[in-house]
Amino acid sequence: MGILLFGVVKETAGCAVLDCPAYIKDVATLKRWLYEQYPSLQQLSSLMIAVNRSYASDDQEFTDRDEIAVIPPVSGG
Amino acid sequence: MDVLITIKEKITVEEALAFIQTPTCGGEVIFAGTVRNHTHKRAVTHLFYECYEPMALSEMRKIADQVKEKWAIEKLVMLHAIGALYPGDIAVVIAVASAHRGIAFDACEYVIDTLKETVPIWKKEFFADEQPV
Repeated sequence: MGILLFGVVKETAGCAVLDCPAYIKDVATLKRWLYEQYPSLQQLSSLMIAVNRSYASDDQEFTDRDEIAVIPPVSGG
Repeated sequence: MDVLITIKEKITVEEALAFIQTPTCGGEVIFAGTVRNHTHKRAVTHLFYECYEPMALSEMRKIADQVKEKWAIEKLVMLHAIGALYPGDIAVVIAVASAHRGIAFDACEYVIDTLKETVPIWKKEFFADEQPV
């Protein structure tokens, strides 16, 4: 399934949509996989996952019908 | 409470002021965040704002809902610019109107502080002393 990337995560991965393995079905597993793929992300002060455009907790599950996005520290305003 | 939430390339204080002015309000507070020409003594040439727009709009609506619960605010505007912005350009405008000024100041500060914490918008800085990528 494709997950949306933004900001420094997008720059690190070099793409705006990242294909993640089908076995990943919850936020904690997705974050662990991202840290394995891109160890430099561990230096960020936070890394949030949004499920269907809302911040999700680590235990939240998702399917390939959900919209998943990786949210690095925001810096609007 | 009437709410105007907009994300677009160019925003102005005037459009925010036009939305909040009403004869029932005596206090209008407007915050404008503009692009600084330096960060930690490094000269900034420009910024680029990127946005996860549907979620950003949703998070801004959540802030508006919180304001509505906390204070008797009559009008609220949140505008955020995206794309390339240069020193002096307006990046964000928060405008609040209420019968009296006290809660308008409180609400305005709450909105900008919360927006900077929760709304998925990212600023990339470009410096004068670095080569363009």
